[in-house]
Amino acid sequence: MAAPDAKPKVEAPAYREFPTIPALQPEAMAGSNPYVAADKHNEAIGFPGALVEGWEQKAIAKMGELLGKYRSLRVYMDSCVHCGACTDKCHYFIGTGDPKNMPVARQELMRSVYRRYFTLPGKLFPGLVGARDMTKDVLDDWFRYYNQCSECRRCSVFCPYGIDTAEVTMAAKEIMHSVGLGHKYVNEIIGKVHKIGNNLGLPGPALEDTLQGLEEDVKEDTGADVRYPLDVKGAEVLLVTPSADFFAEPHVESLIGYGKVFHAAGISWTLSSAASEAGNFGMFIGSYDQMRKIAMRVREAALELGVKRIVVGECGHAWRVAYSFWNTLTGIGAGANDPFAVELQKQLDPNYKQPSHICEVTWDLIRQGRLKFDKSANDHRIITFHDSCNVARGSRMGDDPGGQFDIPRAIIKAVANNYVEMARGTTREKTFCCGGGGGLLTDELLDLRVKGALPRMEALKAVADGKGVNFMATICAICKAQFTKVLPFYGFKMGMVGGVHQLVSTAIQLGNEQ
Amino acid sequence: MAIEINGKSVETDEEGYLVNLADWDEAIAGVLAQQENVTMTDQHWEVINFLRDYYNEFQIAPAVRVLTKAIGKKLGPEKGNSQYLYELFPYGPAKQACKIAGLPKPTGCV
Repeated sequence: MAAPDAKPKVEAPAYREFPTIPALQPEAMAGSNPYVAADKHNEAIGFPGALVEGWEQKAIAKMGELLGKYRSLRVYMDSCVHCGACTDKCHYFIGTGDPKNMPVARQELMRSVYRRYFTLPGKLFPGLVGARDMTKDVLDDWFRYYNQCSECRRCSVFCPYGIDTAEVTMAAKEIMHSVGLGHKYVNEIIGKVHKIGNNLGLPGPALEDTLQGLEEDVKEDTGADVRYPLDVKGAEVLLVTPSADFFAEPHVESLIGYGKVFHAAGISWTLSSAASEAGNFGMFIGSYDQMRKIAMRVREAALELGVKRIVVGECGHAWRVAYSFWNTLTGIGAGANDPFAVELQKQLDPNYKQPSHICEVTWDLIRQGRLKFDKSANDHRIITFHDSCNVARGSRMGDDPGGQFDIPRAIIKAVANNYVEMARGTTREKTFCCGGGGGLLTDELLDLRVKGALPRMEALKAVADGKGVNFMATICAICKAQFTKVLPFYGFKMGMVGGVHQLVSTAIQLGNEQ
Repeated sequence: MAIEINGKSVETDEEGYLVNLADWDEAIAGVLAQQENVTMTDQHWEVINFLRDYYNEFQIAPAVRVLTKAIGKKLGPEKGNSQYLYELFPYGPAKQACKIAGLPKPTGCV
């Protein structure tokens, strides 16, 4: 497999006058490859160091195992009728024109192999049914094009059969990892979570130093003694948030906001140095084992600290894992009956959703009248909201359908005067991915990331030009980092993106105002 | 990949970050900066030196906010912001400055 160029050319496509289907550009992205994980990154998390001897048979055996374990995968393999409803729904296809980025074609990379080994016509007459042997060329195509899918599931919304295309991508990634073809960015990060506690590799003392700095800054800005506590036993709330919130701009502005909300409401809270990461990259590579191990850290920290509530910060895929999978992964949440689940169950306060999203916490407090805002503090901003894919299509918030769309918007409208929606068809369940999700937020894929941002940038451009929008709020660390990087390629300022709790932070009254 | 300098070869990873942090010296920083199209000035060195000091203490590069605050204290409040750092290191202070300082790349959603 060709290594990516040291300095790949990064080009933003032109805005389209009308959002029509792009002209096909076969092989346009054939050179787009993430770095292959080194043996130390693979082995540290239980995968073979490099492509194993006899990988072809082992990959097929793994596919067989997954088909047996996940009935859904077999249904997704069998039920596609190639109707084409998904073709132009993918941001990477729209941005690149590469036909293999049509979701149906991306899945066909696996489906053709599935037909060869797991269906009678494919076993007997492969040529007649488009069935292919598992060869190195096929594997290389998998590595290229399954790493051009951010698992955002927008195409699934339009699939008349409800095929969850992200699960196909995850299965392909799981198969590749199981035979030793790993994705460096993701595997290096998972290793750091286990070794140090978070994706960044931020050790406890650095975290403590950073949080202390935030307390000083907030004191200087507001005069209030807002605390950013670490490892406080007996706190009511354990907050788990992406480690980018400690490190990067604009992420940290939302972390400042969470602290102000807890301060203003008088809720005791703590972060955990052992579980100083909400993100769970195990999901991106389809590894149930890794997803569970990463989730277990949060359970252990909650037990250790004796908290009554678990709250998740602004992170898209973390919320999907927490909301949709924690219950069965680690027994957090209602229902389980074994001693393992009961222990934490007894400890957590049943009056609150477990886990809660930070937006649910803030919105509940706003509705109870426990937070006060000076909305005019956000008057320099004309705000729009970018729905993050894993929140939009993989989870929910609050008690009503669509809460994951309505609650963040309701918060923004409660703390700011100027709010504008982007075009229908680009928001809520039909939101476009930022272009950096699913484990693709890495420098060597920047060209893909820039191109994949095209549909979101077009929607943003329309409201920036038409309504003067100058701030795009979001609740995902990947979205924030991705937009910070790609906005300048489309003529926007990088500071135009930020968090919902950044807006909360700007307007919230801490009770000591003059 | 490797950097050849003064008769010795220093190993870098596929993205150009030093493999062994102990290999770093100012001459190597110069080569790394050149590869990044960054012309080193005293202002750049202030940042690089702060990064290395912080790393020695905490085994991680400082958060962007910690860095801007420290630079603001040292060079004046008008320089204590990320815009100033982006002027010095256009690909971003976290990644590009770390590379030149011989530190590992910050990973995660950054």
